[in-house]
Amino acid sequence: MAPRSKTKTETPQGAGDEDAPMSDAPTSHQPTTEEVDESMADPDEDEAVPEAENEEDMLPEEVQRVRILPGSTEHAASFEFLEEGHTLGNALRFIINRNPDVELCAYAIPHPSEPKMNVRIQTFEGTTAIEALTKGLRDLQDICDVVTDKFVDARQEFASGVTA
Amino acid sequence: MSRRRVVIPSEEELERRNTVGIQAEHISNVQATDFPRHYPGEDNSWNINKFRNGFRVQFHKNDPLEASFSLIGIHAAVANAFRRIMIADIPTLAIETVFIENNTSVIQDEVLSHRLGLIPFKGGREGLHSFLKWYKRKPNTATDNLGVSDDHFDYNTVLLRLQVKCTHNEDAAEGERDPRKLYHHAHVYARDIEFVPVGRQARYFSGADAIVPVNPDILIAKMRPEQEIDLSMHMYKGVGSDHAKFSPVATASYRLLPAIKIVEPILGVDAEKFAKCFPKGVIGLRKVTRQEAAKQGSGYEGHEGELKAVVEDPMKDTVSRECLRHDEFNKKVKLGRKMDHFIFSVESTGQWESDAIFLESVAHLKAKCKTFEQQVINMVR
Repeated sequence: MAPRSKTKTETPQGAGDEDAPMSDAPTSHQPTTEEVDESMADPDEDEAVPEAENEEDMLPEEVQRVRILPGSTEHAASFEFLEEGHTLGNALRFIINRNPDVELCAYAIPHPSEPKMNVRIQTFEGTTAIEALTKGLRDLQDICDVVTDKFVDARQEFASGVTA
Repeated sequence: MSRRRVVIPSEEELERRNTVGIQAEHISNVQATDFPRHYPGEDNSWNINKFRNGFRVQFHKNDPLEASFSLIGIHAAVANAFRRIMIADIPTLAIETVFIENNTSVIQDEVLSHRLGLIPFKGGREGLHSFLKWYKRKPNTATDNLGVSDDHFDYNTVLLRLQVKCTHNEDAAEGERDPRKLYHHAHVYARDIEFVPVGRQARYFSGADAIVPVNPDILIAKMRPEQEIDLSMHMYKGVGSDHAKFSPVATASYRLLPAIKIVEPILGVDAEKFAKCFPKGVIGLRKVTRQEAAKQGSGYEGHEGELKAVVEDPMKDTVSRECLRHDEFNKKVKLGRKMDHFIFSVESTGQWESDAIFLESVAHLKAKCKTFEQQVINMVR
């Protein structure tokens, strides 16, 4: 992902007195804990980039962009994805819903100005929410492989048909 | 009978489920229902082999700047992911920073800069896609007097220059009114932009692989004698979600294949009128054959030799629904769209081949899933 925003001010500074109730309000419904702060480190935030950066490792992949939200159990869990949107959210929801062991799967973007995407998974006894998520991600990769293969074949066939 | 009886839906039923109904004033059956536990006894769980067998790709056009193809047997969520990735997540190189030394033309610095940013460029594919990397601004790096930091390298920044001055043309004919003949450089075009290779860039971007505007005739500014533009530019890699200038496509869209079903025969003058309700080539007119006329209950009895309307090429239809406005056709035709037939149209801006953009979007989705698969493992740990 490219840089999306320059700086993020999580708590508005210099809020006027009349705005005091607003500044008391949490910026998100999700409780912020120590662990959250760490995982919320923006991958594009400059501090996250090591000082001595190698020529090749331009993408800092170490940032954890998915976490399990508080209140989750083995069979019913919510996951928070950072810097993801409808592209992955809807595709993931679709594929996880095709899993017969999944009772419910839904996704939401709680607020458009927060780069967060939440996925809710509830499963039957046969599997766990984390397993269902992993299977969904793997199935999507399988789809991509099939699409690539068939696309390349069809393109080849079309090219030979045009020249012939 | 056991309770775990497996139900296999009929072809007809599958077709009905797979068609979005289009009526005169509303649409129906828009939601896919092929997921487990929706239909009792049916197995609609995900199966990659079932997908592989049902999925087809059909090309209609494959030019570098425009490709059109159908993905058949795929779900909207995945097709839409590909479309969104093509528009917003495939990286391209575009002008991001403009350093204006002098600009005495009538077009303002900021407007000129914006126009420059939107010009699509092309260059050697290897250099663009694998040699060039993201430019990441580092904090607290030293800057020169122009505010340029020292984190620009040959692998993340491309330098361009535009230096033009408008002068009188001494050779212009007497009484010439055309400014382009009367003056030199009255019009500044994209082809006047000069690429300045730095370091290893000369290896990747030379000769036919040089970084040049896709369309050299894009007009940037107009000038009159003694006006001049003197500026240099930095190009970086970026993505469409940041700014539309980084989008590799002019458009990337899909539409669903229209489905026209003639339920009752449409004959004679009606057939000709019916054909006129659609764009050319969608509806054809054929003579009713002897066998058809002989068949009881076909609706063709006694109409041998008359013209009947047949669906020839639904892909050409624009789904105007004109035929539904005429009472004589209202009950005889069913309009719809195939829910799993996506006719993609990808128009490249020139930095990528159109078909390569699609393949890249598939690879991008796969990479995304792969990253998160690992991240989920890290999360549990």
